[in-house]
Amino acid sequence: MKVDKQDNATLLGESGAKLTTTVWHHYNIFDLDNFTAEEIGLVIKVADAMKEVLSRPIKKVPTLRGKIIANLFYEASTRTRLSFELAAKNLSADTVNITTSTSSVTKGESLVDTLNTLQALGADIIVMRHYCSGAPNIAARHLRANIINAGDGWHAHPTQALLDLYTIREHKGRLDKLKVVIIGDILHSRVARSDIWGLSHMGAQITLCCPFTLLPIGLNQSPDQFPVVNIEPDIDRALKDADVVMALRLQKERQQCGLLPSIREYIQLYQINQPRLNRARPDAILLHPGPVNEGIEVAPDIVYGRHSVITEQVANGVAIRMALFYLLAGSKE
Amino acid sequence: MSEKILMTADEIRRTLARVAHEILEQNKAVQDIILVGMRTRGVPLAQRIARLIENFEGLRTPVGALDISLYRDDLSSLDIQPVVQRTDIPVSVDGKAVVLVDDVLYTGRSIRAAMDALIDLGRPDSIQLAVLIDRGHRELPIRANYVGKNVPSAHDEEIQVQLEETDGKDEVTLITTPPGEK
Repeated sequence: MKVDKQDNATLLGESGAKLTTTVWHHYNIFDLDNFTAEEIGLVIKVADAMKEVLSRPIKKVPTLRGKIIANLFYEASTRTRLSFELAAKNLSADTVNITTSTSSVTKGESLVDTLNTLQALGADIIVMRHYCSGAPNIAARHLRANIINAGDGWHAHPTQALLDLYTIREHKGRLDKLKVVIIGDILHSRVARSDIWGLSHMGAQITLCCPFTLLPIGLNQSPDQFPVVNIEPDIDRALKDADVVMALRLQKERQQCGLLPSIREYIQLYQINQPRLNRARPDAILLHPGPVNEGIEVAPDIVYGRHSVITEQVANGVAIRMALFYLLAGSKE
Repeated sequence: MSEKILMTADEIRRTLARVAHEILEQNKAVQDIILVGMRTRGVPLAQRIARLIENFEGLRTPVGALDISLYRDDLSSLDIQPVVQRTDIPVSVDGKAVVLVDDVLYTGRSIRAAMDALIDLGRPDSIQLAVLIDRGHRELPIRANYVGKNVPSAHDEEIQVQLEETDGKDEVTLITTPPGEK
């Protein structure tokens, strides 16, 4: 049992005591674009309670007993899939995992057929990762089960963004007015896209730093459709006084089309290393969604260095996903 | 709608003093008592009882807060899902006499959930129950060890407990809504 500072505020649950689940309006989770700051605050608050469960000797509560949660992964994944599975198990749900390489998908079964099969077998919540952007939205049109997007193409990875927000809030005590720098392959990054939505809802100031070839086109041109961000291609200037540094994995499998002259040049110009990090605030934290290409986007010595919160992100992911399962289980269509 | 005051601030204060004495009377080893308040209003009640025990015995009793949302049996049928809050119990419950504290005892279902939650945290020597109001209508075989006030009530009546810490004043009221006004 974790021993906490036992003041009135923690005992009475003061932080956001007025929050109720009536602010929650999601039956499915596709991205954070349609989330409000109150909803994100609610997820963080519920995740706090879940984190306390994770600190117990018996990390299991009976909340979702009898529910079936299916993990349907069309793309490789270690931490996200495991994290969802552990989150479900900690809440006493039953889990089934479908890795498409060993399923009927190899016999040509369509996405909708596979989903219908899962639903017919009784899945209450389907966690889904797919290489096509928008696949979870199509799934939701055909199903009664709640859908959680665990990453779709280049589009979104909302649960990763929520665990990033949670981790930042845990270290900084807040999210608004923080200077957050996102560095790396933003074009191919669904994590970056969801992070930008979440951070901007919470009032953080976002700076993107990468070669122009790795920047999505049309940024800042339609503020009503995508949050406004700062763009600073020079890493030294971008990192100045940063509170939070978010590194992204350079998606080597997607670099065949000449967006970068060479990986070596990218390392020289954009690798996050200690001398560069020294320009950030002394208490800056470094996040990375994983898996890390050590020595490419981040120098090996800082992956587990004093700024790094990368392993905490993984642990917080379980709490966030427990919170989302809990909230979806109580949601009404 | 009619309101009737069941307990004033003074009555609440005297009642809690009696409950604190009863807890001490029943538990010879004062140092083994832990008071665990059930969120939300059980927590300030537990803190007040702890202060009273400290006044009487000069010994500080640990106070914890228990959230039972994850142990409820009616999550899927509730209109408004409760916000889960942290459970904070500062010491291990192993071998201790845990006194659960809540404002109103009604069906007994939240106490059932609280006992499950406590047992997941360890193995207390005993679990006891202290409530400010017992309004009857139990749906489970559960009984309180310490009762502030017994209030026989009808199902359609509502008992509202207000406390300084959470609501700005100490008062217990019985609210009756005639069937026509619903």
